[in-house]
Amino acid sequence: MRWYWIDRFAEFVPGKHAKAIKNVTLAEEHLHDHFPGFPVMPGSLMLEGMAQTGGILLGQTSDFNEIVILAKVPNVTFHSWACPGDTLTYTANLLDVRPEGGVVECKAHVGDRLVAEAEIVFAHLDRSADSSTAAFDQKNFVFSMGLMSILDVGKAGTGAASSS
Amino acid sequence: MPTSNEIYEKVREILVDALGADESECTPDATLMGDLGAESIDFLDIVFRLEKTFNVKIPRGELFPDNIGASDPSLAKDGALTPAGVAELKKRLPYADLDKFAKDPKIENISDLFTVGMIVKFMEAKLAAAS
Repeated sequence: MRWYWIDRFAEFVPGKHAKAIKNVTLAEEHLHDHFPGFPVMPGSLMLEGMAQTGGILLGQTSDFNEIVILAKVPNVTFHSWACPGDTLTYTANLLDVRPEGGVVECKAHVGDRLVAEAEIVFAHLDRSADSSTAAFDQKNFVFSMGLMSILDVGKAGTGAASSS
Repeated sequence: MPTSNEIYEKVREILVDALGADESECTPDATLMGDLGAESIDFLDIVFRLEKTFNVKIPRGELFPDNIGASDPSLAKDGALTPAGVAELKKRLPYADLDKFAKDPKIENISDLFTVGMIVKFMEAKLAAAS
């Protein structure tokens, strides 16, 4: 399994907000244990999807030169659940960016139904403090995830990458 | 400009939100790490919230200085700050009460200087300078 908890970006406005979608499917093995007879997307993975949406939004502001790590989730509330067949839409708003990191607020919806909302704090990893992080290139991470096409997504596009 | 008490009230709200601390625990003398259970990453969250609440910019290291003594061997020796190190700390943390710390200037005791009252004094000075 690869650790992608978003399928595609639908909107990406650099420095402001981003919208990503996640299609929940019964092919995801963990849903058969979570829970037997009542498959629902685990809240922790929804949070991961929200953090990936917000983390890439933040990372783009430094052209992915900063290593963005999830530092803290001061608030998260789950209002509802998402089942196989549901499309989760994660909407992240960048609240603050500073040299040490950033904060996003993120909401998860299925259609109009609010499923979860969270405030997420990210830190920029201090490369000078630990030489082992110098080899870690977040640009490669984002590129290898095939996520760079996010930047081709229109401001309020349909989710299709532009042809340019 | 808000009064000291108004600033204290807001700082207390911030700490309740950021640390999940109880309002009654956030006395002026309470230490962020020892009494309120803050971890280093919480300092970043607290700075974010202070900036947002008071609409000011707090540059990196201004409220919570980075490792003092790590870069300069004349400031720290054998896990404790030298007199020069204590003087440097006083310069960087003008709002902290260093009298007690100076008697036992172990580096591990530096975190005890970060109190609720210190943040309030810092914000008072910051807002006075801005107004």
